[in-house]
Amino acid sequence: MIYEIISSGFGGQGALTIGKFLAKAGMKEGKHVSWLPSYGPEMRGGTANVSTVISDKPVASPIVSFPNVLVALNQPSLDKFASSVVKGGFIIANENLCPKIPTFEGVKTISAPLSKIATEIGSEMVLNMLAIGMVIGLTDMIKYETIEADLTAFLEKKNPKLLELNLIAIKKGIDLTK
Amino acid sequence: MAKVLMKGNEAVAEAAIRSGCRLYFAYPITPQSELIEYMSRMLPKVNGTFLQAESEVAAINMVYGAAGAGRRVMTSSSSPGISLKMEGISYIAGANLPAVIVNVQRGGPGLGDIQPAQGDYFQATKGGGHGDYHTIVLAPASVQEFADMASDAFDLADAYRIPVMILSDGMLGQMMEPVEFKEAKTDEEIAKLDNQHKDWCIHPKEEGEAPHHNEINSLEIDPRVLEQHVLDLEKKYKLIESKEIKVEEYNINKDNDMVCVAFGTASRIVRSAVDQLNAEGKNIGLIRPITVWPYPYATIANALHDKVKKVMVFELNLGQMVEDVKLAVNGKVPVGFFGKVGGIVFTPEEIKAKIEENL
Repeated sequence: MIYEIISSGFGGQGALTIGKFLAKAGMKEGKHVSWLPSYGPEMRGGTANVSTVISDKPVASPIVSFPNVLVALNQPSLDKFASSVVKGGFIIANENLCPKIPTFEGVKTISAPLSKIATEIGSEMVLNMLAIGMVIGLTDMIKYETIEADLTAFLEKKNPKLLELNLIAIKKGIDLTK
Repeated sequence: MAKVLMKGNEAVAEAAIRSGCRLYFAYPITPQSELIEYMSRMLPKVNGTFLQAESEVAAINMVYGAAGAGRRVMTSSSSPGISLKMEGISYIAGANLPAVIVNVQRGGPGLGDIQPAQGDYFQATKGGGHGDYHTIVLAPASVQEFADMASDAFDLADAYRIPVMILSDGMLGQMMEPVEFKEAKTDEEIAKLDNQHKDWCIHPKEEGEAPHHNEINSLEIDPRVLEQHVLDLEKKYKLIESKEIKVEEYNINKDNDMVCVAFGTASRIVRSAVDQLNAEGKNIGLIRPITVWPYPYATIANALHDKVKKVMVFELNLGQMVEDVKLAVNGKVPVGFFGKVGGIVFTPEEIKAKIEENL
């Protein structure tokens, strides 16, 4: 199985971090992974995006032209990438910043007010963890336990409160897909 | 050691430090800035010296000095900055010194842009600086290989007293992939490496050591002396050509319908297309030069089995390595080319279409 993910949003929303955590978890589960960020000039209000590949076989091209998972945290990301998602793929959209969510035949689109839910959980910073939870709920790309272990190792001592919020957000993200 | 997820720029820096690099001089430029940042953070922790020079020209001349003192030294830059270093690289080659230079290529000419490109192939493999000289040029295609090449580059530089360039690009520099590092050299091991250079490098006379006169120089004003010097360099280059060629052959066999040639980042995109076509019943082979100087001419010539009616070359430039492929093919079959410029990277779908058009 090969997952080709594009994660995209405004700079600072954590789109690149979503790809990083997915890739890292994939690596810990013994898969082949790559993470390629956009690093060119972008217009203010445009998109910061990353191509992530998680595969059973060595990753040939790290560039994702046709994703099977799109995480769109804002409208410009949807506008730019939604039409390239392959049939059988998923679009995860943040309703709060995506007023116009398109639908495509054969592509499952799941949206939720992610910015609002993140604030309710306790921090806008956990927006990306909600999205990661939704990816876990929709696909068998990576396991919840892998991300939990990774986050725990990273945050347990440094910021236990943020760790708790992150884990709540991931579980909430999984629930949103049910 | 467990695998870690790291950017190519950081991985090559970490691997260089583990290989005994304690001196690094550079000037920042996108898309290689994580490399210089990593060195600035990590070198002081191992009692190394990091110095951000006032320019690329200054940095390469600091490398020249440190190499003359027999120490493992590195610099890095991206295309426009590498052009500035070329004079110094020619001096280092002329003075028979080991040094490692990393080029994280971006779009050119001039300031160009900051996206991945392979437009510096000619500069890297055919000279770049003035005079009859070569640098060994290694072309990585993954973050792991980028890191592994740091230690290879230092070993080759030491073995032949020659500047070695790692010819990477913005994509490999910016992307993260799992990487596993080799055991770091200990201070004792590094001292031992440095001591091996005592017969030629500049160093203070030690207690009990016989007086020595080691000279670091690239100027030979007497034509007879310079002639001999350049002929000696040529002997070294011939030896390297006979011993150090590295190449990956991917699905090369006697029933190939076509042979493709690509290096570095471009080779990964081509491999995606080749995999798709082979899954559809075609038989396409891919040759990936790992050293682009010395170049694997013989490997390409030997892959031209009966059914191969054309060789296709794919590069992120207007066609540079294709000239070496033509030398290797030597007119036996036509050689086609497809490239992208301006920092635009081709997609596997474009490559697949080009291969199908030419089958």
